[in-house]
Amino acid sequence: MTQQGLFLDTVSIALAGRVLLSVTHRIAPGEVLTVMGPSGSGKSTLLAYIGGFLDPAFQASGKVFAGSIELTALPAQERHAGILFQDPLLFPHMSVAGNLVFAIAPDVTGRAQRMALAEATLAGVGLEGMGDRDPDTLSGGQKARVALARVLLSSPRALLLDEPFSKLDQDLRQQMRELVFAKARGAGLPVILVTHDEADAAAAQGPVIRIGE
Amino acid sequence: MLIRLGPPLTIALLAGPILLGLGGTLLPAFGYLPALGGEAVTFDPLRQLLAEPGIWMSSMVSLASGLVTTLVALAAVMLFVAGWSGTSMFARVQHLISPLLSVPHAAAAFGLAFLIAPSGMIARLVSPELTGWQRPPDILIVNDPMGFSMMAGLIVKEIPFLLLIALAAMPQADAARTRALTASLGYGRIAGFLFGVWPPVYQQIRLAVFAVIAFATSVVDVAAILGPTAPAPLAVRLTQWMQDPELSMRFLASSGALLQLVITAAALIIWIGLERVGALLRKFACEAGWRFGRDTWLRQTALAAMVFAAATVFAGLATLCFWSFAGLWPFPDVLPDTLSAKTWVKTAPRIGSPLATTFVVALLSTLLALLLSVLCLVREDETGRIGGRWVLGFIYLPLIVPQVAFLFGLQLLFVLTGTVASLPALVFVHLIFVLPYVFLSLSDPWRAYDRRYEAIAAGLGKRRWATLFRIRLPMLTRALLTAAAVGFAVSVGQYLPTVLIGAGRLDTITTEAVALASGGNRRVIGVYAFLQMLLPAIGFLVATLLPALIFRHRRALRA
Repeated sequence: MTQQGLFLDTVSIALAGRVLLSVTHRIAPGEVLTVMGPSGSGKSTLLAYIGGFLDPAFQASGKVFAGSIELTALPAQERHAGILFQDPLLFPHMSVAGNLVFAIAPDVTGRAQRMALAEATLAGVGLEGMGDRDPDTLSGGQKARVALARVLLSSPRALLLDEPFSKLDQDLRQQMRELVFAKARGAGLPVILVTHDEADAAAAQGPVIRIGE
Repeated sequence: MLIRLGPPLTIALLAGPILLGLGGTLLPAFGYLPALGGEAVTFDPLRQLLAEPGIWMSSMVSLASGLVTTLVALAAVMLFVAGWSGTSMFARVQHLISPLLSVPHAAAAFGLAFLIAPSGMIARLVSPELTGWQRPPDILIVNDPMGFSMMAGLIVKEIPFLLLIALAAMPQADAARTRALTASLGYGRIAGFLFGVWPPVYQQIRLAVFAVIAFATSVVDVAAILGPTAPAPLAVRLTQWMQDPELSMRFLASSGALLQLVITAAALIIWIGLERVGALLRKFACEAGWRFGRDTWLRQTALAAMVFAAATVFAGLATLCFWSFAGLWPFPDVLPDTLSAKTWVKTAPRIGSPLATTFVVALLSTLLALLLSVLCLVREDETGRIGGRWVLGFIYLPLIVPQVAFLFGLQLLFVLTGTVASLPALVFVHLIFVLPYVFLSLSDPWRAYDRRYEAIAAGLGKRRWATLFRIRLPMLTRALLTAAAVGFAVSVGQYLPTVLIGAGRLDTITTEAVALASGGNRRVIGVYAFLQMLLPAIGFLVATLLPALIFRHRRALRA
C-alpha cells in the first residue's frame, strides 16, 4: 500500500470566493513536495483537504489519488493520510506505548504482538524502552519522535507535514528533518511538506510550489 | 442519526415544557379548566386575585427583591473584578468563593437565618457584653416585612454565580493588556476596566444577569425561609394557593402566575433601562476624560464586600452544622453546652427515602443532560456552526421564564396524564433546569479543545465514534465531571419543581428542609440543610479527585 505515488488533480481551495491555492502535481513514492507560503496564505488547508478535515468555511474542489485510490471520495478515517503538525499532539491520557498501539491497524492482532511492534518502532526512532513513560515528561525532541513513530505505525498512504519542525530549536530541527525524510524514503511514502522556512525546502530536495506571493 | 437528533431534541426539551406549561397556566388564569368545571373564559380569577389582601405589597416586594439583589450582587462582582483581576488576592478570593456556587439556595438561606436571627450566632457573639441581652430581643430580623434579609440571602448566593460567569467571559476580553494600556493613559484600575473591558464582558454575561433577575423576583424557597410573611412575596403565596386542598384555588394560583410573569417582565424592562443609564454614565465619564486615579478606597470596599459575602455563607453553614449536633444551647452562649449525635440518630430513619430520591433524580437528570449536551456539541462540530444568539436564548429560557409561571401548567399536564409524582416525571422536570447549566459548563472547554487531535486520530484510521470515545471524551474527563457536578448540584437544590411535580409524594432533602422552615426546630433543620449542602459538595469533590486519580501518571491532565 506504500509503493504508490500521490496525485493532486486540479485541487483548488477558496475562502469566501477568493482562491487560496490551485495545484496539479504528481508526487512519487519517497519524494517530497514542498509548499511554501507566508502565514495566512492557506497552505495548511491543502493538507486539511487531503486529510479530510477541511473547515466547512472553505470551498474546495479537485481530486486526490493515492495510486489508483481516490482519497477525496473516502471518509477521513479511511484515507490513511498520516499527518504531523507543529505540535506533537501526543494523546495526553495515554502512555507513550499507548499512543503507538492506538495507531496500529486492527489486523495486527494479539496484545503482545502489538506491543512488540510499538516497542520496535520506538527503538527505530531512538527511544528504546520509553514505552511506559507519560508523554508529558518527554523533551520536545523526544515528543516529536514519538509523533513520527506513531504516524509511521499507521501504515499511511502519504505523509502530510504541517510545519513539523518550526517549534524545534536549531540543532534538533536538522536532526528531525533528516530522520523524517529518511523514514519516508525508507517506507516509500510520498510526502507533502508545508512550510515557510527556506531551509526546510532545501533539506527536502524536491520540487517547490510557492503560493500567496 | 442520533447526533443529528441532539439539537432538535434539546430545543424541544427546553422550549416544549415551557410553552405547554405557560399554556396550562394561562387557560385556568382565565377560568378555563374543564377538569375542574371551568368551562367558560372569564376574568373572575383575575378579579379575585386583585381583591386578595396585600397583593400589591407582595408584588412590589418581589419586584424590588429582583432589582436590588441583582444590582448589589452585580456591582460587587463588577467592582471586585475591575479592582483586583490579575492580582494574587483575586486568585485567593476566587478560590474562597467558587465552592459556594454548589451550596443550594435553601441551605445558604437557613445558614443566614441562623446567623442573623435575634437568637442567632451574631447576637450570641456580642451578647451580653455589648448589648446587655440575656434573652433574645423581640425584634423582627428574619422575615422582615420589607424583605431585606431575603435580599441579603439572595445577594450572598448570587455573588458566586455572577463572579464565575464573569470569569468565564473574561478570557476573550484581553483584560491584562487592556489594563496596561489604560494604566499608561493614566486611568485608575477600576476606571480602566469599566471603560475598556467591562462592556464586552457584560454583553456576554447579560443573559445570566437576566436569569438572576428572574430568579430573584420569583424565588420560592429562599423567600419562604427568609422573606416577609404578611404578606409573603408573590411566588410564595402562589405556591401556597397551588397546594391548597381546595382545588378551585388553582384558578387563583394561575392568575397569580400570570401576575408573576408581568412582575418579572417589568423587572427586566426596568433593568434594561438601568443598563441604558449605566452606558450613558460611562460615555459621559469617558468623554469628560475622568481618570479616577485614586480608587484605592473603592477597591478595598469591593474586596471587603466579596469577602464579607463569602464569610457570611461559610459562617451560616458552620452554624447549621453546630445546631445539628447541639445538645442544650441556651442564649447567649456562643457554643452549645453539649454536643451529641442525638438529632442525627433521631432523624436518620426519616431521611433515607428523601435522600435516595434526591440522589436518584439528580443522577439521572445529570446523566441525561450530559448526554444531550455532548450530542449537541458533537453536532455543532460537524456543522461547523456555533449556535448563534437565539440558541443561547433557548438555553437560558428555563432560567429566565419564572418557574411558577410554567410549572403550574406543567403540573396540570402531569396530573391529567396521570404521571404526576412519578419518578420519570420528576427526572424530566429537573432535566429542564439541569440541562442549561450542564451545557453552559461543558461548552467552553469543549470548544477550546484542540481539534487537531481528532485530525490525527482520523489520519490513523480511527472512526468518528472511536475518536470520540477513546480520544476526546477521555481528554475532557475533567470538564465532563465538572459539568456533571454542576448539574447534580442544580438538581439537588431544586425546590419548586420538586414540590409541584413530586406533589408531596416524592420528597427530596430540599423539599423536606423548606417544609421545616416554619416549624423552627433548629436542630432538625440543621440536619437537613447540612445534608443539602453535603450532597453537591461530594459531587464537586468527586469531580476534582477522580481525574487526579485516573491521571495520576499523566502530568498534562492532572493540573
